[in-house]
Amino acid sequence: MDNLIEIRWHGRGGQGAKTASLLLADAAFNTGKYIQGFPEYGPERMGAPITAYNRISNTPITIHSNIYEPDYVVVVDDTLLESVNVAAGLKETGAIVINTTKDNEYLKNVLKDYKGEIYKIDARKISIEALGKYFPNTPMLAAIVKVSKIMTEEEFLNDMIGSFKHKFAKKPEVIDGNMKALQMALEQVEKVN
Amino acid sequence: MGIRERLSGNEAVATAMKQINPDVVAAFPITPSTEIPQYFSTFVSNGQVDTNFVAVESEHSAMSACIGSESAGARTMTATSANGLSLMWEMIYIASSLRLPIVMSLVNRAVSGPLNIHNDHSDAMGARDSGWIQLFSENNQEAYDNTIMANRIAEHKDVLLPLMVCQDGFITSHSIENIELIEDDKVKEFVGKYTPEHYLLDSENPMAVGPLDLQAYLFEHKAQQAIAMKNAKKVILEVAEEFEKMTGRKYGLFEEYKLEDAEYVIVCMNSTAGTAKAAADELRANGVKAGVLKVRVFRPFPGEEIAKALSKAKAVAVLDKADSLNGQGGALYEDVVSGMYNEKLTIPTINYVYGIGGRDTTVNDIKSVYSDLEKLESKPENPYRYLGLRGDK
Amino acid sequence: MTEDKLNPKTPYQDLTIGGNIYTAGNAKEFKTGDWRSQKPIWIPEKCKQCGLCWPVCPDDAIPVTKDKKRTDFNYDACKGCMVCAKVCPFKAIEKEV
Repeated sequence: MDNLIEIRWHGRGGQGAKTASLLLADAAFNTGKYIQGFPEYGPERMGAPITAYNRISNTPITIHSNIYEPDYVVVVDDTLLESVNVAAGLKETGAIVINTTKDNEYLKNVLKDYKGEIYKIDARKISIEALGKYFPNTPMLAAIVKVSKIMTEEEFLNDMIGSFKHKFAKKPEVIDGNMKALQMALEQVEKVN
Repeated sequence: MGIRERLSGNEAVATAMKQINPDVVAAFPITPSTEIPQYFSTFVSNGQVDTNFVAVESEHSAMSACIGSESAGARTMTATSANGLSLMWEMIYIASSLRLPIVMSLVNRAVSGPLNIHNDHSDAMGARDSGWIQLFSENNQEAYDNTIMANRIAEHKDVLLPLMVCQDGFITSHSIENIELIEDDKVKEFVGKYTPEHYLLDSENPMAVGPLDLQAYLFEHKAQQAIAMKNAKKVILEVAEEFEKMTGRKYGLFEEYKLEDAEYVIVCMNSTAGTAKAAADELRANGVKAGVLKVRVFRPFPGEEIAKALSKAKAVAVLDKADSLNGQGGALYEDVVSGMYNEKLTIPTINYVYGIGGRDTTVNDIKSVYSDLEKLESKPENPYRYLGLRGDK
Repeated sequence: MTEDKLNPKTPYQDLTIGGNIYTAGNAKEFKTGDWRSQKPIWIPEKCKQCGLCWPVCPDDAIPVTKDKKRTDFNYDACKGCMVCAKVCPFKAIEKEV
């Protein structure tokens, strides 16, 4: 891992992009990193485009500004692709990870100005199959860990089972489903270009 | 060794308050400080603190309740932001003039209007002459550490003034970052028991507070407040020294970052100082001798000490995250410059008003300031400038 | 704090912080009669010692002896409200002109 990795999340209010950024910060923290996880607050409303950020580093982080040239971008809702410039400033050495069922040609075309790597994952299918409900957070978290290599898959899964046991102490029946969603996502994230 | 954690700035302050376990917390929610009373009332409900939490109907009532309980002899804390502090206005002067060491977490936000909920320092700057000690915090760690030190400073017999711990709304209050917490028992021992010499509930020694104080007396009482504020400098340093022994974390009146050989210096407060440090590091890699002076203690203002720390610089830029709208310059700039004047320091010094209403301030913005400093003439034209404003600057 | 310590010449070092008052029941140590805008005059020749005036005085400015006889006003405390004159049935209290 490079010393400082910067990630930008795009989602819509209510989909949990902010929560996903905090979960990623948690997982990286638990593997010994210095982390920042913060949303960009605007007019809060369900369905409005929202942005959240992560900085992850091996050394203390002092910068306190938004991220304009991220190493990675995560798009939690593919309807944003045509309304928000999700690849703005994205480093070509990095990658973009999109939750979508659209075909590769569409994705390459809509992101034709971005020369770096594009990955996709069907977080809805995984979430419905593993959890019975649509929570795109969990699969997207696994996808960005896989693509960015912030930590090894083993470190990640070990940490997540610990967090889920803590978080879902009162409903342990959902732990397996969440772990299954993570594993499916790690396997199913697919390179587009 | 402390406890490695990751918390937002608001969580960090609420945690410090939990460890301090004050007698009374009276607060009214306002963005972006809402989470502090929210988390704290959870601690109260869960029985993790013994605090009497007073849910009031406005910030004016919150500060009034704080004044009542602190006069009664109870260690009292509160939290607010921006317009909440504005609504406390008359009571914050009463708190300081009655010499009540109330501790407030002020999560800095622009005072409306037009309506804005994001960070700048206009709330704190509005209260700069109210007789409250003001400590500023770069990140969650400093907001936490300053809160742990706050009661000791405010309650010291040579001080007895209320104190606000400031941090940047959203930028640090809502950002999760690494933090090192102190063990509960160590905090308890460090903060100690509150033993005021005089208090209203002391039935053996009845007293009256808040008398009529007309022409013959108010001036003298204000002078006493001014002396207490001067005394606070020494007490702040003594408490910091003890804090360093406990945690290894060193605090002064301000932080000098790569200042010893710096030619170009930026003076600023709160989270921008971290961004400025990153900019200074990048510039130093290219041979520019950049430094940062981060003001921690804004009230009392360490003018003489800051002037001495700046004495070797070639040019200085003071960054104000609030505009005084006085046609002359921001509050921090004017204080720094008057400190320099008293020390007969005539280094070219300019002011940038920046970050108003949450306007983001990046490493590149800060680098542009250093670049201006490298070109600065000995008598700068227009020392009162803007950073990050659209249009003519 | 008594009046010899607290007066308009007291330096700030000697004042209590915030003007706090640490001694209870000290009002009698302070001469507040100089607020008075009207002055009641007692006319002993007309007074029947009926005892109606001194209970209504809000400032306890009419001294009473052990055998319940009033004496002349304590002008260090009297604020000149003239309530005593109002209740006197014998016109034994008059306003100074």
